[in-house]
Amino acid sequence: MLLSLISTIDTEGLATDFYGLLQSFYHAPMYHIVLEILLFFSVMWLLFFRKPHPIEKKLTEKEKQELIDEWQPEPLVPAVDPNHPALNVRVLDGPVGKHITIDNEESLNFATLNFLNFVGNERIQNKSIQAVQKYGVGSCGPRGFYGTIDIHLELEERLARFLGCEEGIIYSYGFSTIASIIPAYSKRNDVIFVDEGVHYAIQKGIEASRSHIKWFKHNDLNDLERLLIEQENLDKKNMKKARATRRFLIVEGLYMNYGDLCPLPRMVELKYKYKYRIFIDESVSFGTIGQTGRGITEYYNIDRHQIDLISSTLEYAVGSIGGFAVGSSFVIDHQRLSAQGYCFSASLPPLLAAAAIEALNIMEENSDLFETLMYKSKQLHNKLIAIKGYVIQGDYLSPLKHLRLPDEFNTIGRLESIVHFAQTKHITITVARYLQDEHVLPQPSVRLILNVDMSEEEMDFLCAVLQEALVVTM
Amino acid sequence: MFGSKQMKPSILPAQHRCTVKETEDNCEFEEFEGTPLYAALLTYLSYGVLCIFGWLRDFLRQSYIEKKKGALDPNAKLNFVPLYQSYESFYTRNMYTRVRDIFNRPVGSVASSEFDLVERISDDYNWTYRYTGNTIRAINFGSYNYLGFAEKDGQCAMAAINSIKSNGTALCSTRSELGTQRYHNELETLLAEYLRVESCIAFGMGFATNALNIPAIASKGDLILSDKLNHVSLILGVRMSGAKSQTFAHNDMDDLEQKLHNAIVYGQPGHHRPWRKIFIIVEGIYSMEGSICRLPLLVQLKKKYKAYLYLDEAHSIGSMGKNGRGIVDYYNMDPNDIDILMGTFTKSFGSSGGYIAGKKDLIDHLRIHSHANYYASSMSAPVVYQILSSLHILMGRDGTKDGMRRIQQLADNTRYFRKKLVDMGFIVYGNKNSPIVPMMIYMPARVTRFNREMLARGIAVVTVGFPATKLVEARVRFCISASHTREMLDKALSAIDEVGDTISLRYSKRYEHRRLKDLK
Repeated sequence: MLLSLISTIDTEGLATDFYGLLQSFYHAPMYHIVLEILLFFSVMWLLFFRKPHPIEKKLTEKEKQELIDEWQPEPLVPAVDPNHPALNVRVLDGPVGKHITIDNEESLNFATLNFLNFVGNERIQNKSIQAVQKYGVGSCGPRGFYGTIDIHLELEERLARFLGCEEGIIYSYGFSTIASIIPAYSKRNDVIFVDEGVHYAIQKGIEASRSHIKWFKHNDLNDLERLLIEQENLDKKNMKKARATRRFLIVEGLYMNYGDLCPLPRMVELKYKYKYRIFIDESVSFGTIGQTGRGITEYYNIDRHQIDLISSTLEYAVGSIGGFAVGSSFVIDHQRLSAQGYCFSASLPPLLAAAAIEALNIMEENSDLFETLMYKSKQLHNKLIAIKGYVIQGDYLSPLKHLRLPDEFNTIGRLESIVHFAQTKHITITVARYLQDEHVLPQPSVRLILNVDMSEEEMDFLCAVLQEALVVTM
Repeated sequence: MFGSKQMKPSILPAQHRCTVKETEDNCEFEEFEGTPLYAALLTYLSYGVLCIFGWLRDFLRQSYIEKKKGALDPNAKLNFVPLYQSYESFYTRNMYTRVRDIFNRPVGSVASSEFDLVERISDDYNWTYRYTGNTIRAINFGSYNYLGFAEKDGQCAMAAINSIKSNGTALCSTRSELGTQRYHNELETLLAEYLRVESCIAFGMGFATNALNIPAIASKGDLILSDKLNHVSLILGVRMSGAKSQTFAHNDMDDLEQKLHNAIVYGQPGHHRPWRKIFIIVEGIYSMEGSICRLPLLVQLKKKYKAYLYLDEAHSIGSMGKNGRGIVDYYNMDPNDIDILMGTFTKSFGSSGGYIAGKKDLIDHLRIHSHANYYASSMSAPVVYQILSSLHILMGRDGTKDGMRRIQQLADNTRYFRKKLVDMGFIVYGNKNSPIVPMMIYMPARVTRFNREMLARGIAVVTVGFPATKLVEARVRFCISASHTREMLDKALSAIDEVGDTISLRYSKRYEHRRLKDLK
């Protein structure tokens, strides 16, 4: 049937070879050619360029209303454990000096970070009182809008002069200092090399910066070099991108979570080899390490001009509130327009700036304070390692130490009972508290802080109580 | 039903916006008169001219014809990647530095209604300053001192001084360890009573209160709807929380409802699973606009769609409401309707710090999960005692009517000042009861000149331009205080009248242009 159909078609007019095809093309009417071309393009578009749309079912108004009525949100906050330690803290009365008062009982304080015992110092208190009598309490505005008090400028200048740098800048909250500084310099396409053991504020700062983060193992220079070499290899593949990528190294002078010093000299050498900028957070080491308390750069005898930025808090050794950063004017001045915690927040109350200035005065006048502190830290360290049954973490020079029980005995429950026992013997110590979402959650520990005014007898008493506590809790 | 018009995209000059009921009696009445076309054009032209000169000067500096001022990178010659992008610093070098003297003015006394500014002179067009040692006495319209508690003597200052003697200035520990003192608990209890909520928690910095606590409340899988003009601290907190966020047009309840509706119906983008929680974040008073949030409608919406409302009362606590209890008091609403109330102590209490208030579960959760509670030092004693004594005064517990007097004085001052400005023909934004009074200036050169001329007449004001506001909407922002007397307001008004006439700032088309002496 089909064959007969085909045989009836007049084959003479059909093209059967290439020449014939060409001929028929020339003779075809224009509309035919146009139609063919359009058809060709339609097929091409359908095949390659049309984005597939998922077939969305359109919902009716009734269905939408049902969805809205049925939807139940989760409760605003999850259930809370009433026995959580954060809800049952010890409440203090009076100044936190060498002794503190809890529930009308005095005890020796080995728990708060007032290394130089400036809290309760008469000179500092008098200067703060004078500041209240001149400026009131609050500063009533951000730095840009009449919140800059002349005492802030004085403090910035004094801090810069103390550390031998060109310029200083102060913040009104210790946590926000480094957390605002890092995102001001490091942006989305930059690379940050950071030690795993840095404290939470630095972790939040680098999270806010949205840069590429390269963690290296705590104080492990080999790991850092490995990462630097990896980055160098990446750079070689794309030189143009490498020229626009800033690199930063962020370390702490004395690590809050570990109590050990960072190996700075080698890091400064590597800086010039691999061309990164160094930011050091000296929250714990400012006012505690170094012959005159000028921090880890003094301890290692490193020229501070080689460090791009040194930041610290005024809340520990200096005995005030707030934070600061010092460095060259080129680096520091940028923060005045770009650091969020500086531009969009009210400035530090003048009385706290006055307290900080007076503390700096005392630090400059009594530089033997720091020698004493380092000597006593070594003493305490020796006494602590003599107690069998504890593992001490921290440099022998460091006034901040972490105390743990060996291996599997080290649980928060046992450490809490040690703390509780010590409190009954009038020694106040504390378990170090961390949030669960730390990058590397440190093992549970008791954080011991040495106050420069502690005597040897008091340190012996501490060790005796700790020894007794072991017996009672194990 | 929910009124106001959609905001046009920012490149065009703003159109006139007004809430629905145009009668002046409505407590929600706000007005934002549209930008006049010629002002917008001239503003763009000004920035264009500034850019051209900026490029010219950069070229001259690059070719060493002009000396480079400003600090240089010590690592530049060592092949380090430049620390700043050149376009970032273009604005700083060529536009900001020219007018730098109007910002960051150092203050040499207490920031009350009158203060002393430290005089500084620049010999090289604001690259460096020298201090002459003199001070300039000026009336203060720039500091946040709504209820006049920035005082160096009086009950509050005495309480602060006594607390320094008995407690020292610092605590060197966090709230979760050994930083909690008896006065912290007192403050939180008193504040919860003042706000009429169950419980409250206080922190040492207002900015950090938002940035460190929103991540403790919201997390991945939640949706946050925030107002377009929210403060930087709220935006940072939202970003750090990991939740998805969308913005709705400023104070536009229709847009918000639309977004809420779509969020529940369509769920999370991509897989369409339902959202875990939905938050709406708004502020009580918006500090650049002077507008207030539409709280009754917000609460209605939040109840209808089962969302959680976060209200940031940084500027409105103490300054709005007949008892000074904030926007909730202003609208006579129940504070339990708002899930999370946040505020700061810097503005109305003359101190520093922030708080979050709400149900006990919420506050206990924050005590356990807040970044600030675990890692930040607790509040200093004098700061807390200043807040405690100012709260006592506001609540009338000191036995006087001083608290009520301050609140009333602020409201009177605000209404008087705003009315006069509007009657003179200036464009003033915002709610008629908001103590933040933004007055539009538009052109960058006029902004600078206004600021300098006002200081020459003894009035210190705050002028803001790009990037804190939109490019064409530069303005001056007056902060009224309860400590301003009628004479001070009149002096300021006559200075504004004079300067406004000299540099033609009367832009309003809706109100007649009049001189101060012609007003009744």
